[in-house]
Amino acid sequence: MADPMKIRANMVDGKVEVKVLMSHEMETGQRKDAKGATIPAWFIQNVTATHNGKTVLDAEWGPAVSKNPFLSFRFAGGKPGDKVAITWTDNKGEKRTDEVTVS
Amino acid sequence: MSMNRRKFLKGGSGATVMALAASAGLLPANPAFAAWNEAAFKTKSLNDTVKALGGQTAAESKDIVITSPDIAENGAVVPISVTSKIGNTESISILIEKNPNSLAANFSIPSGTEPFVSTRVKMGQTSNVYALVKAGGQYFFVTKEIKVTLGGCGG
Repeated sequence: MADPMKIRANMVDGKVEVKVLMSHEMETGQRKDAKGATIPAWFIQNVTATHNGKTVLDAEWGPAVSKNPFLSFRFAGGKPGDKVAITWTDNKGEKRTDEVTVS
Repeated sequence: MSMNRRKFLKGGSGATVMALAASAGLLPANPAFAAWNEAAFKTKSLNDTVKALGGQTAAESKDIVITSPDIAENGAVVPISVTSKIGNTESISILIEKNPNSLAANFSIPSGTEPFVSTRVKMGQTSNVYALVKAGGQYFFVTKEIKVTLGGCGG
């Protein structure tokens, strides 16, 4: 299991600002190891954010997103105490979901 | 655990067949974000990406703003934010022209979510970066050159 994400969700000007730091290698499949063999690609393909169960952001990523990806976005209609959950799925089928409460 | 791995390997090869079929044009591209759009992530230019996402052409627009450093010291971590002022923005994509595959990320923005995303991407070399916005079924883009002094895709 991958390491947990660091998520913050704060009210900013009446909107919920979400900041996420995920822990993932994001290997591109372009690099070679010391023996010249290609290191297989391993990266997050899909990221979904939900607010009280409703999708507020849906992302598709390629391997060009940096290692240990950072993501920030804002949505309306949230209030302190609401739940924001982030789920990612990588190209090996591994998944992780973490949830925070809006403050 | 080993059973899971076996299942996963089987699933993986099935997905590859699907992806090959999709890239050969046997399956229609899926614009609904239901699955990872492999065809779009294989493209090498802005126009190809627009087509792989289901559009025709993209028009340049001043209502999209890319916020990023002009010079990135480390190409492995280039912070990029995109803000769209176009009404009914449905999706925001980030493309890097000179990367091996240009599309870096594609965000679908439901109503209620601000047309703004911020993330960090890798850049192999100095390149034009495009922010592509889909609004009302049409595509708009803006471009900005980011200079990279240390590449992010090397070994």
